[in-house]
Amino acid sequence: MAYSEKVIEHAENPRNVGTLDKEDPNVGTGLVGAPACGDVMRLQIKVSDAGVIEDAKFKTFGCGSAIASSSLATEWLKGRTLDEASEIRNTDIVKELNLPPVKIHCSVLAEDAIKSAIEDFRKKQSAKRGA
Amino acid sequence: MSLKFPIYMDNHATTPMDPRVLEAMLPYFTEHFGNAASRSHRFGWVAEEAVGYAREQIATLIGAEKPEEIIFTSGATESDNLAIKGVAEFYRDKGNHIITTKIEHKAVLDTCKRLEKEGYEVTYLDVGPEGVVSVDDVRAAMTDKTILVSVMLANNEVGTIQPLKEIGALCKERGVIFHTDAVQGIGKTEFNVKEMGVDLASLTAHKIYGPKGIGALYVRRARPRVRLTAQMDGGGHERGNRSGTLNVPGIVGFGKACEILNKEWREESKRVKALRDRLKDKLFAELDECHINGAWDDARRLPNNLNVSFSYVEGEGLMMAIKDVAVSSGSACTSSSLEPSYVLRALGVEEELAHTSIRFGLGRFTTEEEVDYVAKLVVDKVKKLRDLSPLYEMAREGVNLKDIVWAAH
Ligand SMILES: Cc1ncc(COP(=O)(O)O)c(C=O)c1O
Ligand code: FES
Repeated sequence: MAYSEKVIEHAENPRNVGTLDKEDPNVGTGLVGAPACGDVMRLQIKVSDAGVIEDAKFKTFGCGSAIASSSLATEWLKGRTLDEASEIRNTDIVKELNLPPVKIHCSVLAEDAIKSAIEDFRKKQSAKRGA
Repeated sequence: MSLKFPIYMDNHATTPMDPRVLEAMLPYFTEHFGNAASRSHRFGWVAEEAVGYAREQIATLIGAEKPEEIIFTSGATESDNLAIKGVAEFYRDKGNHIITTKIEHKAVLDTCKRLEKEGYEVTYLDVGPEGVVSVDDVRAAMTDKTILVSVMLANNEVGTIQPLKEIGALCKERGVIFHTDAVQGIGKTEFNVKEMGVDLASLTAHKIYGPKGIGALYVRRARPRVRLTAQMDGGGHERGNRSGTLNVPGIVGFGKACEILNKEWREESKRVKALRDRLKDKLFAELDECHINGAWDDARRLPNNLNVSFSYVEGEGLMMAIKDVAVSSGSACTSSSLEPSYVLRALGVEEELAHTSIRFGLGRFTTEEEVDYVAKLVVDKVKKLRDLSPLYEMAREGVNLKDIVWAAH
């Protein structure tokens, strides 16, 4: 199958590759997928006290579309509030990257990763408040 | 010599045609276009003679006694179907049991599955991590209802060579018909139907630098004489075994491809093996955690095959990163079914590793420059993708990936 130019561009020059300190209370980490399924995404967000995502990083084990989906997700996340971030849908990613039907699950994984990172961050915050 | 892109390293899928083959074929499209079944004029005679000559070229390569033992088909898929269904139907009164392996090509496996629906019983033998079936397992699977054993000469994914000679001897002893899908092995490893006791062999031209859409089934005519029920009804071509006007240019090309192999295969295999080993050595020198899938010794692996898992780097992701190089992967992401390779699964390769496998298939036209380029590119990209891989990072930190509860999806 031929890849869209956008997928190739992201896969060749992935944005925001890296690791944030997962112990930092302002960092939320989402780790989704499974090695046995051929795709694992780790997406991390760093949230300011004002509730805005100031940084986002990812690492992905997966096909080009999975790498591109997570790269794009980190781009979109930066500068958004958590509520805005949780509105990102996999269908937006599919549209932006022109993903074919067999690659839709790669975008679903990216949406899951975003949700999971936000959830992790919120859990940490409520634990902090509770303490 | 300058490199030409993209670089082709997928010679198990198909091969480019040898220019000598093309040259041999050309007159048979325009000048000698006759129907080989036309008995009444020169056009037909010329075509028939060309077909007869090709039969001899093919028979010689595989050690068949007579050219008439070669039946032309549209390719190995058809040959596998004709061999297995043809025998199953013809010998239905003798028994209904077939033995094959879990790593056969789909043309064999799906044919067997269909026969199972029709009341036949099929044993699919395991192969173990080496990817080689054990003769003892074949023997143990035999019953008095066994009519056919079908084991490939060499596997198309991991290139492992099967012990045909021993299986052939066993089949003779038990009076069981022995079929082999020889597609991947001919011209790369020893193959001789007489010495190996093979009764039926599927061949195809497009994996040996010949044209696509032409294949053959070798059918032994003496000791024992193997009979088939034809699967294609029509004009009774190929002694009633396979109706349909013969693809004369294709057959001429197929014959020429076999003639070339007959002269050159030993030399060629040596040269290709040296290149394959060079590629492997370069990759393994620069990268940790690479795993060869299947047996690696010369006796049990084709000289042109390198199937390797680059841990923590998903196969399709890697193929995209090296998109100027044509290879293939056992990763699920490359298939529409999203299931990793059934061959690797049969070898007991864990799914994690199956997803990271890449198959390099070298060939007649592979050059040293190409090998060096590909080795360097793959090393660079695997390193880059490992930097991008959460699994590599976790493994580096000492996390046991097996301890994590992954949400399988
Ligand atoms: C082992 C094996 N058998 C059969 C086939 C099918 O051959 P053909 O393309 O001629 O139908 C192939 C090629 O894909 C193969 O590798
Ligand atoms: S990660 Fe498997 S198809 Fe994208």
